[in-house]
Amino acid sequence: MTKAYDAIVIGAGHNGLTNAAFLAKAGLDVLVVEKNNYVGGATVSRELHEGWKYSNCSYVCSLFRPEIYQALDLGRHGLKVIPLTASMTFKQDGDYFGSYYDSNVRRHELMRHSMRDADAAIRFDADVMRWCKLIRNFLLRTPPDPGSFRPRDAFEFAYLLKKFYELSESQIYEFMRFFTMSIAEYLENYFENEAILAHYSGGSIIGTGLGVYSPGTAYVLLHHAMGDVDGNIGSWGFSRGGMGAVSGALASSFKEYGGEIRTDAEVTQIRVSGKKTTGVVLASGEEISAKVVVSNLDAKRTFTKVMDPDDLPPELLQRAKNFKIRGSSGKLNIALDGMPTFPSLPKDSPLTLGHMHFTDTLKRLEKAYDDWKDDRWSADPYCDVLIPSQYDPSLAPPGKHMMTVFVQYCPVEPEGGWTDEKRDQFGQTVIDQIADYSPDFKDLLLHAEIRTPRELENEVGLTEGNIFQGELTFDQLMFNRPFPGYAQYRGPVKGMYMCGSSTHPGGGVMGAPGANAAREILRDLKRPDTTPVEFNDD
Amino acid sequence: MTFHHEHFRQPFLRSPFIERIEALSSTENWTGWNTYKVPRVVDKLTSEYFAVRSGCAVMDLTPMEKYRISGNDAAAYLDRLVTRDISTLKPGRVTYIVWCNDDGKVIDDGTLFQLANNDYRLCAQHHQLDWLLMSASGFDVQIRTETSDVAALAVQGPTSYSVLTAAGIAGLDGLKPFGIANLRCDGIAVTVSRTGFTGDLGYEVWVEPQHALTIWDAIFGVQGQYDVVAMGLDALEMVRIEAGFIMPGFDFNTADATVRNGHDRSPYEIGLGWVVNLDKGHFTGRKALLAEKARPIQRRLTKIVVDGNKPVGEAFIYAGKNGKQIGEVRCTIWSPVLKANLALADIEYVNGKLSPKLWARFDYQRELKWHTAWAECHSQTKPFYTPDHRSATPPGRF
Repeated sequence: MTKAYDAIVIGAGHNGLTNAAFLAKAGLDVLVVEKNNYVGGATVSRELHEGWKYSNCSYVCSLFRPEIYQALDLGRHGLKVIPLTASMTFKQDGDYFGSYYDSNVRRHELMRHSMRDADAAIRFDADVMRWCKLIRNFLLRTPPDPGSFRPRDAFEFAYLLKKFYELSESQIYEFMRFFTMSIAEYLENYFENEAILAHYSGGSIIGTGLGVYSPGTAYVLLHHAMGDVDGNIGSWGFSRGGMGAVSGALASSFKEYGGEIRTDAEVTQIRVSGKKTTGVVLASGEEISAKVVVSNLDAKRTFTKVMDPDDLPPELLQRAKNFKIRGSSGKLNIALDGMPTFPSLPKDSPLTLGHMHFTDTLKRLEKAYDDWKDDRWSADPYCDVLIPSQYDPSLAPPGKHMMTVFVQYCPVEPEGGWTDEKRDQFGQTVIDQIADYSPDFKDLLLHAEIRTPRELENEVGLTEGNIFQGELTFDQLMFNRPFPGYAQYRGPVKGMYMCGSSTHPGGGVMGAPGANAAREILRDLKRPDTTPVEFNDD
Repeated sequence: MTFHHEHFRQPFLRSPFIERIEALSSTENWTGWNTYKVPRVVDKLTSEYFAVRSGCAVMDLTPMEKYRISGNDAAAYLDRLVTRDISTLKPGRVTYIVWCNDDGKVIDDGTLFQLANNDYRLCAQHHQLDWLLMSASGFDVQIRTETSDVAALAVQGPTSYSVLTAAGIAGLDGLKPFGIANLRCDGIAVTVSRTGFTGDLGYEVWVEPQHALTIWDAIFGVQGQYDVVAMGLDALEMVRIEAGFIMPGFDFNTADATVRNGHDRSPYEIGLGWVVNLDKGHFTGRKALLAEKARPIQRRLTKIVVDGNKPVGEAFIYAGKNGKQIGEVRCTIWSPVLKANLALADIEYVNGKLSPKLWARFDYQRELKWHTAWAECHSQTKPFYTPDHRSATPPGRF
């Protein structure tokens, strides 16, 4: 008989570790169980080619809440987030559109493409900032249940309404439109230049089973813009050492609070007895007891794979089965023998320091989506390419480089199913696209890790390989995430909780779901709250 | 304007005058204005300030955003765009204008030059092409940015008329305030307007960029007869506050760039009710401004003189010493010509009225140590400084 813990967290992803750290900080005896032989889930750095470290899944950092960073003392545990200073889109005609760090240069680049768009960017920036500031109020708060009359729900709902009604009448209309619009239609309110439209819309399809003309994608732009690096809202950064540094710092903080992590320990069942959680069963058959079990797995996996249907209300099971969690993304991690050149760019261009994209029209973006709907990977995919080794000496040997390539779209299951051969063909499509803009790229390629939704599901455990643990559409956000009535991190049986990106405020390396769930657990256990209050973002 | 791909190497644009300013710069104190490289101070702040008030100061205006608006509906379009009645504006005349969004909040202010029938130049503080084009639907107008196509110098101060005349620009005698004249200098066509942002006698000289240095050299060529001083933005800040001019984006938030609800301002709220004509017919923002006019006054950007000589800096305004906090100072200077602390303050009205007692509370430093000061403030509606020689026609020699 193994010892009983106060709490078991299933999955050592960043949210599981965040949750576990706050529980341990409150004095609970906490065990994190992880199916892989490494921690991090989708926030991981692994050496798959000797001398190179990949950020195998997530690859940039912005959404991670600074309040959590501070409360868990992650700086002392080795975390450093270095801001990115550029982003760009290559055009097919040999030109490119760049977004530069310096505000003057950024404006001149906009003017180079469209005088009008350069001026419209001021209005665009202010409007997006307004929505970001609104939504940021709710990231470290438990969503209220709008159907409940409990004082706390009423208070939280009043808080939500108060923030909402701080907008003017016309701003309220705009905000409601924003949540239901497509990114293409939203951006066309501001910009006319094709490359600028394509550049700004890319962030709105990342991770979604939606296209640039699908309603709901405008919000995904916000989801990618609402983070910050040191107060610069919308900026992104690299964590030094790859994204594994985030989970590494969290694990280190958790252990310092007395927490315990067991890897190679896959949970096959959450045990329930008398409508209460009693612990977990591992694949090895070992049983571990705890009165609190927290699932960092996505909601679909939690309720359809590791909980017994008999322990669940049928309606919840039905919702879990129908949870919108469609895989649509692939990833290539590449070891390079040197820095690839991009002949479109002038010598010393700072644009290689940030996001690089190759899709210069909305039409091409939509076509990439069309392929996915037909269960094919995009023949002309949208790629988000970064070479973080330009900043980070820990990722590759001197003079060598690591490239991370996020790919949209890649089907959950191509016709006839995935094979290793098809996976490699998918990878080749991406490599060919990059080589179109970088003639020496293929010669420099030493090793590539190619990941389709199949690998993301099998290795990380994300259902269908959906990077957000569930689509970020309005029907699955706030008090609807993952399902109405279950948005406050509590599962259907006493002692069972959810802390993954399937819960509010959703996907991305944010840590907020983990912290919010910890707050609810500690509240139920009548323990002091160790989770941070959000920084006042007035 | 065309940009090359390596613009990232040089974040600031270079005005056609910049090499002359660089040659005069002893401070190397540069900043950006509309992404152009401009001096804060060229050599000595005090000399640049007193050049405006006592001699002649020259400042590069090229970075100011300039839009050319022409076409059959240009006058109708502009009348719809701005709050002021511009139907009475004539070719060869300039007027000060503001324009609002639908909510009656100010997007920007500027000067409108009528160059000919249905041919206008709009000078603005901020970037307006998006709004100007958005407002143009249904009008037969052509609108383009001409910021870099026109080089411009402000020549300001009591001897500015004498300096320009000595520089070879004849025909300024009859040019009245807000008038425009097409003249010649050294055989080059120049447009001269009797306009400025200093509250003193002054002119703005407009020329094709390829002739910019010739005009600069002609003006600075009068050195020996008259003192001519190149000035930077810091001196301009002093004289424009003395003259009671406001700076969009600094004294109030421009509506298109405002994030927080209620942080933008209507023309009334920034003391520009005098450029709003609600009777001229429809214009953008009129409905909201009519509604605002019917309500008690909420707030005003108010000119105040702050007692004493301590540097005001950032300050809150109170209704009486230790009273209720009702406002904030937006900009302030010590005026060397008036020997007074001048400020523009955003002040909330109580029951539609300005508090009869206004006090400022601010912190100031003496040898690193911070102190708090209270000082009484006196509001006024007139500009702080309006010398008679500013508007005399023909202008005096100095």
